Amino acid sequence: MALEVMARAVAPIPLDVAFRVEPGELLALVGHSGSGKTTILRTIAGLWRPEVARVAVDGVPWLDTGAGIFLPPHRRRVGLVFQNYALFPHMTASQNVMAAMDRADPAEADRILDLVNLHGLADRKPAQLSGGQQQRVAVARALARRPQALLLDEPFSAVDRATREKLHGEIVALRAHLKMPVVLVTHDVNEAQLLADRMAVIEKGKVVREGTTAAVMADAEALRAMNIREVAVMLPATIAEHLPDGLTRLDAATGPLFLPTVEGAPGTRVRVRIMAHEVIVSRARPRGLSAQNILSGTITRIVPGAGPGVMVHMAVGAHEILARITRRAADELALEPGDTAHAILKSMSVARDHVAYTPGIAEALD
Amino acid sequence: MDWEALFLSLRLAAWTVAILLPVSVLMGRWLAYHAFRGRGLVEALVMLPLVLPPTVFGFYLLVGFGRNSPVGAFWQEYFGHQLVFTFEGLVVASVIFNLPFAIQPAQRGFEAIATEVREAASCCGMSPGRSLWKVELPLAWPGLMTAMVLTFAHTLGEFGIVLMVGGSIPGETKTIAIAIYDKVQSFDERSAGIMSAVLVATSLFTIAITFALSARVGRRLG
Repeated sequence: MALEVMARAVAPIPLDVAFRVEPGELLALVGHSGSGKTTILRTIAGLWRPEVARVAVDGVPWLDTGAGIFLPPHRRRVGLVFQNYALFPHMTASQNVMAAMDRADPAEADRILDLVNLHGLADRKPAQLSGGQQQRVAVARALARRPQALLLDEPFSAVDRATREKLHGEIVALRAHLKMPVVLVTHDVNEAQLLADRMAVIEKGKVVREGTTAAVMADAEALRAMNIREVAVMLPATIAEHLPDGLTRLDAATGPLFLPTVEGAPGTRVRVRIMAHEVIVSRARPRGLSAQNILSGTITRIVPGAGPGVMVHMAVGAHEILARITRRAADELALEPGDTAHAILKSMSVARDHVAYTPGIAEALD
Repeated sequence: MDWEALFLSLRLAAWTVAILLPVSVLMGRWLAYHAFRGRGLVEALVMLPLVLPPTVFGFYLLVGFGRNSPVGAFWQEYFGHQLVFTFEGLVVASVIFNLPFAIQPAQRGFEAIATEVREAASCCGMSPGRSLWKVELPLAWPGLMTAMVLTFAHTLGEFGIVLMVGGSIPGETKTIAIAIYDKVQSFDERSAGIMSAVLVATSLFTIAITFALSARVGRRLG
């Protein structure tokens, strides 16, 4: 049930993209507003028809301008979560969900609402729900369509930060149930890195870089295209214990990490986003330092950036840590690939929304 | 009290509303959703009856529907009588004259529906017809209701155009507004007073019902 997309257009937004999303895979289209990423989503849904385009699911074309095929949106099995949710204001949550079903089934609507943690709110109208709850109804409605492709258009941009963190976790948990290709449009690189398997960086209607999230985030050129200074890696870890001083100890393959309180029971698996510009590199294992987290490893690559900085890639256990330091510092330390070095990380530099819950939390919640 | 004239007016208003409801849904929806060249012209034409003196408008209808006009000739051919000075002619004139009162509020009603909500309906698998029935009509309902009430009330009170196109034939084209005028002309102020009061009561009743219903719609959407 792979989703294949090809689209070319000149107006109203220049577009020239081609990509493929596998079943169960989450592809993030990342770019600035006006880059054309939402237009791509609308093309998949059938809400917009570019001059030259082909959209196919499982080899069956929904749109093929060459062959003169165009299925209108209501004849495509597509679930679209709108940026502002676009719920039907005159219907309850349950009726909104049933509106997307071929045959209204209240029991099935309840089941889907439970899945998105909206138990007991089925009879509320959208106006009686919070922003986060409305977003969950929108996700439930999209799923009720039994979509062959799930499309999320900046679905977290209209809620406050705390709610967004919660919703991120829920989407990660929900993905265990999703067998269809998922496309997420976002301008937030952090969000893409937390949620996506693969990323496509969209710039002026073109895919400037596509690959696994880790590969794109380590690519200096792609980051320049996105005008991003905040490069980061995702490090898998397990919550070990909550300490009385407000820190949480996590066990990672790279050794213990001490971070400000990370919610979750001991044993919960998470991924921690470590920002490259927060990492300090040292040749000798430092002593007498306030930083709590010292990760020892081997330098694999040193990639010069556009400005005075370089990106140091370090292998720490089976994982890669990135450190953005100045070229001057790299020269003074005479860092070379193959050298042993120590990456130092301040505990307080890991913000709460930089911890992602892996699908393992789904079991923890059940 | 000229009951015949009152019932004629009510019958005329009911027919006008019945014909204009589907027209206003189709036209209002079309004007609300589609940007096209000449849309301003269409909107201006729809608004025209609002600014033209009823006598001017009536004059053109009289000429347009007359025995010598294509429309009048066609009507004469098929129905065996002429269109002007008949109830049917009055209905046609009333429908045209009420276009702005019906289409404008309906258009505003459809315009109030967010584009994404309509797009969501089609992404939910609803065909355009089903989307209209399940999503758009329930949401545009306050606008459509306003359209129908304005049309109804306005038809009850219309005077000039009825006089021009219909004349004052009892049971055929003599509406309550004409009857009141006749009574005043014949110095029967008591009858004119009663009929005016009935007209006021009918109008108030109609508006009260609308307010009650739209308050209910408001609660439903809240």
